[in-house]
Amino acid sequence: MSLEKSIRSIGPRLNLETGLIDMTHGSGGKNSYQLVKEIFSDVFGSAHLMDKNNYLKAPVGDLVMTTDSFVVSPLFFPGGDIGSLSMHGTINDLAMCGAQPLYLTISFIIEEGFPLKDLLRISKSLKKTQEDTGIKIQSGDTKVVERGKGDGVFITTTGVGILPPSRQPLSLQAIKPKDVILVNGPLGDHGIAILAHRAHLDFETQIQSDSAALHTLTEQMLTKCSGLRYLQDPTRGGLSGCLNEISYATGLSIELDSKKIPLRTDVRAACELLGIDPLVLANEGKLVAICSADCAEDLLREMKTHSLGQNAAIIGTVVESVESQTPRVTLRTPYGGQKILNWLSGDQLPRIC
Amino acid sequence: MNQQTKIKLFDEFSEPAAVEALVSELHLQTQSDRQYSLMEFCGGHTHALFRYGLKSLLPTNIRMIHGPGCPVCVLPRGRIDSVIELLERHPEIILCTYADLMRVPGSRQINFIKLKAQGKNIQMVYSPFDALVLAEKNPEKNIVFLAIGFETTAPATATALQMAKAKNTKNFFVYCLHLLTPPAVQQVIDAPDVRKMGSVVIDGFIGPGHVSAIIGSEPFEAFAKEYQKPVVIAGFTPVDMLQSLLMLVQMINLGQPQVMNQYTRSVSKKGNAKAKEILSQVFTLRNNFDWRGLGQVPSSAYQLSPSFKEFDAEIKFNIQDLQAKDHVACLCGHIIRGLKQPSDCKLFGKACTPDNPIGSCMVSSEGSCAAYFHYQPNNGSTP
Repeated sequence: MSLEKSIRSIGPRLNLETGLIDMTHGSGGKNSYQLVKEIFSDVFGSAHLMDKNNYLKAPVGDLVMTTDSFVVSPLFFPGGDIGSLSMHGTINDLAMCGAQPLYLTISFIIEEGFPLKDLLRISKSLKKTQEDTGIKIQSGDTKVVERGKGDGVFITTTGVGILPPSRQPLSLQAIKPKDVILVNGPLGDHGIAILAHRAHLDFETQIQSDSAALHTLTEQMLTKCSGLRYLQDPTRGGLSGCLNEISYATGLSIELDSKKIPLRTDVRAACELLGIDPLVLANEGKLVAICSADCAEDLLREMKTHSLGQNAAIIGTVVESVESQTPRVTLRTPYGGQKILNWLSGDQLPRIC
Repeated sequence: MNQQTKIKLFDEFSEPAAVEALVSELHLQTQSDRQYSLMEFCGGHTHALFRYGLKSLLPTNIRMIHGPGCPVCVLPRGRIDSVIELLERHPEIILCTYADLMRVPGSRQINFIKLKAQGKNIQMVYSPFDALVLAEKNPEKNIVFLAIGFETTAPATATALQMAKAKNTKNFFVYCLHLLTPPAVQQVIDAPDVRKMGSVVIDGFIGPGHVSAIIGSEPFEAFAKEYQKPVVIAGFTPVDMLQSLLMLVQMINLGQPQVMNQYTRSVSKKGNAKAKEILSQVFTLRNNFDWRGLGQVPSSAYQLSPSFKEFDAEIKFNIQDLQAKDHVACLCGHIIRGLKQPSDCKLFGKACTPDNPIGSCMVSSEGSCAAYFHYQPNNGSTP
């Protein structure tokens, strides 16, 4: 009996309308095989189901590897879902290293009782993200945990990329006083899209997550600007967390101009309503770039030609720390006052008054 | 009002040109030979002063004293202990509360985030109505809403209680810790060390904006008269804050203390009649309430009125008001009365940080120690 017939012999096809994940789907037996085949074949490619397809060509250059886990709730949010997010996140981690992303692997931990319909929706999103980004998922795994031991589905992706031989690794050590700080667009969209959804707040304007793969933007920036010193994606902890980390690690201080930091009006409105600071909100399609002062304007112009950098802006500069003080990130308010931009302490919690 | 309009309004009240004009007017009108010690009662105003970097723009002889107007900060640790004790006694309870309380430690330095990790069912809600919905969805569970806040959040709790009564919801209970603003302001100015020892003279008050939207500006009038201190009810944007400070300085210079309302777009003299009516239907005053940092303040807190006693968690679950002393070195009580600055405290920024708050003023982002810590971490004295 062929493998195909053997699978058929376990019963009818999965019910993708009302069916639920049960423990047999994680058993490693025929049901697991059936799940992968009927839900994920578009992603992994049916021809590869049993074939060893993990022999991959390695281009010349240093390999770069990153991994990330995704536990986002809700799984589906305006502007994306856990599937696209899990690919974007790891692609961006590679891109921030100055690497060209090559391959991804994906691993699912699925809770018993999870609707097959939702799993299929995630699978379709992965397929679309592969098409959009040109980065292929080469290998995958699914495990099932008992009801109550997960939160729907958790996804881990691992990525491999290559640093072309002509390119220097990006390093914090390269950052110098007078360097200029840029971002590729308005901040906080992802954080607000998720928070608003969780809090069941009905905003008149639907704020979309900015979740996007940034590797084509970084490639363009790295190719065109030799003065680019460092890249980082301001995900959890937002711009504030990202810049405080850089300041702490380099011993240098950072001065930002609040007037120049791009923020959408509806994100600002939501932040006022929820009592939170947009600069600590997570982003999933944004990058912070630090470059030498002499090429900042060129880099900005270059970024603006890319669809993910149209609203790019120069937001501040790196400065020497004052001797008696610890390195700090300060924000110049629109009124000429200055304040410290601190790391988020604990979790971001809204205020009542 | 839609969001775009709201933000447009906010932007108009934050115009750098308007801010600049008000700042220079404030510099012109302050008399260089005297000090102006001004207390903002409300934590929202403390937050705004720091958030917009306004303090660095003020004349040096204006000293801002950050008052006791943060409902989380003034909640005694014993009250947190009593909730922890309740959850230990009744593990079946789902406790609902505002996010502000999640990080507040009781006397054993355990907070609700840690209790939740230990398996207690604690849910963060955005309104008491969320707690009521949870009660309806879980008829076999008892839901306790831990109600905190001043006159601003109390009407929502009262309305949720009225809805629960109308629907005959049997599993929704409220542990009512709502507080009233005017008695606390009076307590601050009546405190012997503030009044008699003359260690600090408060020259005027920035009155609470959101609280006054409910209670009106009127309750502060007797106070201004009796104590001869000007009060300006203020909004929360940079222009609101600066204009209110200017109004205070002018009244102090003229020696004409009155209650003035800067926040006229939200606050009227009489307040929100409907909200006040609901409050009076659902709540009565406690004889006394122990404020962290202020001690016993007469008639300064709400409890459920007898007609709502079937929803009163204190009665239903026999919640005790546990006593817990504050850390001996903690100066929060002095700080909220303007007698000390955060930098005077030995614990500030060392043993006591927002991640591990020991004193009440470090607990909420609106507390003055937390504000100093966040925005001026190297220097707690001169923000």
